[in-house]
Amino acid sequence: MIRAVLLAAGVAVLSLPALAATQAEAEAALAAAKAAETEALAAKAAWTTTEANLSKSVKALAACNWEEAKATADEALALARRSVEQAEEQKTIWRNAVFR
Amino acid sequence: MIRDSQRDRYALARNVACALLLAAAPAQAADEKIDPEADRKALQAFVFAKFPKVAKEDFGNGPYAVNAEMRKQWLEIMQFPPYELALDEGRAEWEKPFANGKHYADCFDNKGVSIRQTYPRFISATGQVETLEGAINRCRAQNGEKPLDPMTDTMASLTAVMAESSRGKPFAISIPDDPRALAAYDRGKEFYYSRKGQLGVSCASCHNSPAGERLRGDILAPTVGITAGMPIYRSDWGSMGTTIRRIASCSSQTRALPLNPDDEDYRDVEYFISYMSNGIPITGPGTRP
Repeated sequence: MIRAVLLAAGVAVLSLPALAATQAEAEAALAAAKAAETEALAAKAAWTTTEANLSKSVKALAACNWEEAKATADEALALARRSVEQAEEQKTIWRNAVFR
Repeated sequence: MIRDSQRDRYALARNVACALLLAAAPAQAADEKIDPEADRKALQAFVFAKFPKVAKEDFGNGPYAVNAEMRKQWLEIMQFPPYELALDEGRAEWEKPFANGKHYADCFDNKGVSIRQTYPRFISATGQVETLEGAINRCRAQNGEKPLDPMTDTMASLTAVMAESSRGKPFAISIPDDPRALAAYDRGKEFYYSRKGQLGVSCASCHNSPAGERLRGDILAPTVGITAGMPIYRSDWGSMGTTIRRIASCSSQTRALPLNPDDEDYRDVEYFISYMSNGIPITGPGTRP
């Protein structure tokens, strides 16, 4: 029984580094999010929430909190991509809302 | 019982018909004629029908025209209008000569008096829409002065002086017979009807059908007449603001990142909204919650 518990604990400890974000992963996530936001800004489609998540990610990165830096960068990436999609969709469907 | 080959033929015919319809749809949208006057008539007819007891002249008072309770509070507030101080500052600024001895009045038709109802204007030389704030900054540049930020109290105070001299004059926005002017109008219309921000809200989402309804503590003003009360002293801001400041703050409320205050999109949407208000008298400077 004790051996089984120790084995489980060992596996859990060994798998921790695999679960936690590394500095490289956080930096890559932030770079991807920034690139997507650049596209959103160029399309005049950026959202305030994307900017807020980017700021949080930058701060977390500076504080060596890779986990939070990656999570907020991933959130920013998703928001930036959606904002660009929204702008693309609206290019045609806005006319459906016009009063006639 | 229908045979497989017959069913296939029906399916093929259906697919061909759908494809033809889909192919025709974008062509129809692209061919849609830009007709500002038809747009204005349709929107004003809707708004006037929605608020049959509101006089046309009253729409420039925004939410106070369409909500009795707010109107009572507003009439109390107007015993001592909160924009009075800004008007005093604006008059002083308006009268102050530039370094070269010239004045703002030297830049405008009729010395800047009773002309606010004609802004924004389409300027043929630039092929762009110019707002009142843009005209003030052009005047400053022509006289060797630095431009003012269109979001500032000083700019709002100057436009307040010009608006006050136009009170009672019906909005008379002109769209010249120039494809660039029509394109600017259409871009403004697109901005107005496009859903933006994380909340996916357009200007129309709040100011067309839901006008007069509550959005949390606010009463939504109808688009028709909405810029007639500008600039406004807004209690929420605790200061005066220009039309552009209001549009930018609306953008933020939808969680869209506001554009540069002088962005073409903002100028074009103000052109569209103001054209929708043609015939509604200027009431600015105004006050809003």
